Amino acid sequence: MVDIINALVLIANFIVVPGLTYGCQLGLGALGITMIYSVLRFSNFAHGEMMSFGAMTTILMTWWMQAQGISFGAVPTALFALPFGIVAVIALTLTADRLVFRYYRSIKAPPVTMLIVSMGLMFFLGGLIRFIIGPDDQNFFDGQRFIINARQFKEMTGLNEGLAIKTTQGMTLILAVLMVGFVFWFLRHTRTGKSMRAYANNEDLALLSGINPERVILVTWVITAFLVTLAGTLYGLDKSYKPFTYLSLLLPIFASAIVGGIGSPIGAILGGFVIAFSELTITFAYKRVLGYLLPQSLEPQGLMQLLSTDYKIALSFLILVLVLILKPTGIAGGKVI
Amino acid sequence: MNMRVIAVFALMGILLAIVGMVQSWNVAFNILNLCVISAIMTLGVNMQWGYAGLVNFGVMGFVAVGGLAAVVIAMPPVEAAWQAGGGRLMLGFGVMAVVIAVATAFWRMTKHRLSRRARYIIMAAILVLGYGLVRYITDAAVVAIEAVEPAKSGYLGGFGLPILLSWAVGAVVAGIVAMLVGRIALGLRSDYLAIATLGISEIMIYILKNEDWLARGVKNVSGLPRPVPYEIDLQQKAWLNQLAETSGQSLANASSIIVKLCYLSLFVAVLVGLFWLAEKALRAPWGRMMRAIRDNEVAAEAMGKDVKGRHLQIFILGSAVLGLAGAMLTTLDGQFTPHSYQPLRFTFLVWVMVIVGGSGNNYGAIIGGFIIWFFWIEAEPIGLWLMDALTAGLDADSPLRVHLLESAAHTRLMTMGVIMLLVLRFSPKGLIPEAKR
Repeated sequence: MVDIINALVLIANFIVVPGLTYGCQLGLGALGITMIYSVLRFSNFAHGEMMSFGAMTTILMTWWMQAQGISFGAVPTALFALPFGIVAVIALTLTADRLVFRYYRSIKAPPVTMLIVSMGLMFFLGGLIRFIIGPDDQNFFDGQRFIINARQFKEMTGLNEGLAIKTTQGMTLILAVLMVGFVFWFLRHTRTGKSMRAYANNEDLALLSGINPERVILVTWVITAFLVTLAGTLYGLDKSYKPFTYLSLLLPIFASAIVGGIGSPIGAILGGFVIAFSELTITFAYKRVLGYLLPQSLEPQGLMQLLSTDYKIALSFLILVLVLILKPTGIAGGKVI
Repeated sequence: MNMRVIAVFALMGILLAIVGMVQSWNVAFNILNLCVISAIMTLGVNMQWGYAGLVNFGVMGFVAVGGLAAVVIAMPPVEAAWQAGGGRLMLGFGVMAVVIAVATAFWRMTKHRLSRRARYIIMAAILVLGYGLVRYITDAAVVAIEAVEPAKSGYLGGFGLPILLSWAVGAVVAGIVAMLVGRIALGLRSDYLAIATLGISEIMIYILKNEDWLARGVKNVSGLPRPVPYEIDLQQKAWLNQLAETSGQSLANASSIIVKLCYLSLFVAVLVGLFWLAEKALRAPWGRMMRAIRDNEVAAEAMGKDVKGRHLQIFILGSAVLGLAGAMLTTLDGQFTPHSYQPLRFTFLVWVMVIVGGSGNNYGAIIGGFIIWFFWIEAEPIGLWLMDALTAGLDADSPLRVHLLESAAHTRLMTMGVIMLLVLRFSPKGLIPEAKR
């Protein structure tokens, strides 16, 4: 019996907790991608850099607060710098929309053109971010590192295996649930949210019923700014902030949105978890888990790993490609582009 | 060729000459060499995007495949590694081919005979068992190969053939890979095709980084043989000594310029040949058909054109050109470094070149490659100079000045973004727009 619990704790520690965290971070990003896709009707390649921008402004604000001696004990200061990051990203997205995207909307440019335009914005933002904060790793975490660490857990339960939960992981889960809950409530129960869904569903019909498209788009950018800043900051806080990683995060995020079904908010969240958990379960070495579960004579010799950890991220691309070929509408039944 | 083309090319020549005089001729020729390779890449992307409207964001992958071809063709074989595990590895690939053949045959033959569920289950069983079997055979072989002098080789090596041959092979292999990719991805429409090809190219790079037996992975292969003489040998020659003396350059400088000129002549020959072929194709009925498909797929299909087949064809052709460029680039570098393949540099930058130059027009694509590569390299010194001039009034150690000078290098990403956004907004057809026919 104890063996089974040990095995479960092992799985919880190395798969469930990190998977939930990473899944939330991907899901928040993918939700933004999906919103932009369904309302503005293009794949936003600048999304990763927008996340990076949000994280960067939050970091700058955190440093400023730390320099002023403002601290919140066990809670990371970054949490309180987040609102400033969000405001900065709202300003960014609205400016970008005004200066860049609005023109292409007005000439009814095809989605490919918008995609290429967003690539230009990606370059610009990438440069701007590196110009301001530099290309290196930045650390902005403070406060208590663990909610519960492996040693405490072992002492508490008397088990062989420890379960560690980092503060950033707890924070990610709570903030993601709050944010996603808010977005769903907003889309379902407010007038603006309903008009957004109507506009996404059928542009002409929405226009005929008197929905103001510019307002819908404005609200979409504002919500996206919330999602983007949250996703970027939480990822940076949990792993580490480096401008370069956000470009490579773009593909797993697209993968989440597409696996879930692009255009479907619930799909984006599901997709995030599918990607996160498949990366972890397929590259996890099951040797120790099986060691607990099987009788000693059957204990495996190798690592019992389906795919080497080197291929972790490549796996999400593989899932992406498979979904695109086999079921391009995704698991939650989104649109086909 | 109109005045605009001549004017832009002349401007390019003047810019390079300025670099030659202000910085050094070595730098200028280095930039020019990479300009030519970039121009070949843009020709490839231009075929796919400009002629046919296909969004290939997998440029990086095909360029890397070309680079791999350079390694496999030109490096001498590592006999010890072949003896250690070469046979077993080849056996593994043979088994893999058999498994794939069995799976395909099963899938085709049982189409109407078995229930859907049974087919899926048996198919999955074949694939899983096959994967296990292949891994069982290859794992030991890979370990044995990678254990052969890991610091020096640890891979199978190549065929030891002349490296120029790899240019053709790189193109062919990239074409074959493109055929496989195109078969699965070309059914998708624009956005998805872009994302799918981007994903596939990342997978290709991951394989190159991690399969050490193939090309040493992140340990890199360096010291590739050259198609042109080495500087050291040139410096022994009397004529070069004389030339250096009369031109006032140092001997090292003169020899390295000569080497770069040799490369340049090879690259230019390829570029001119390709350009001639591309123009010929674009003017031929084939080019007209491609434009018709690009501008209105439905109408072209109704006229009896095989849209899918043509798309696959142009995807393969464009990717083959990218593979050729990749092999040339690796030849010029003299080394193969998988971690240097990054989408920003090899996919998105090439796209900026095509968009800025003018898609659908081969002159435009080439000039885009030249100009964007030039500014990609020169944005750094220009940015530094600009920052220095702007902050000249500040103290030498004022934090703002220090920060701006340190960050000047990153102005190049910003410059690219701004150039691209401006061109897209105010001259969406690029510097040299597609000719009306």
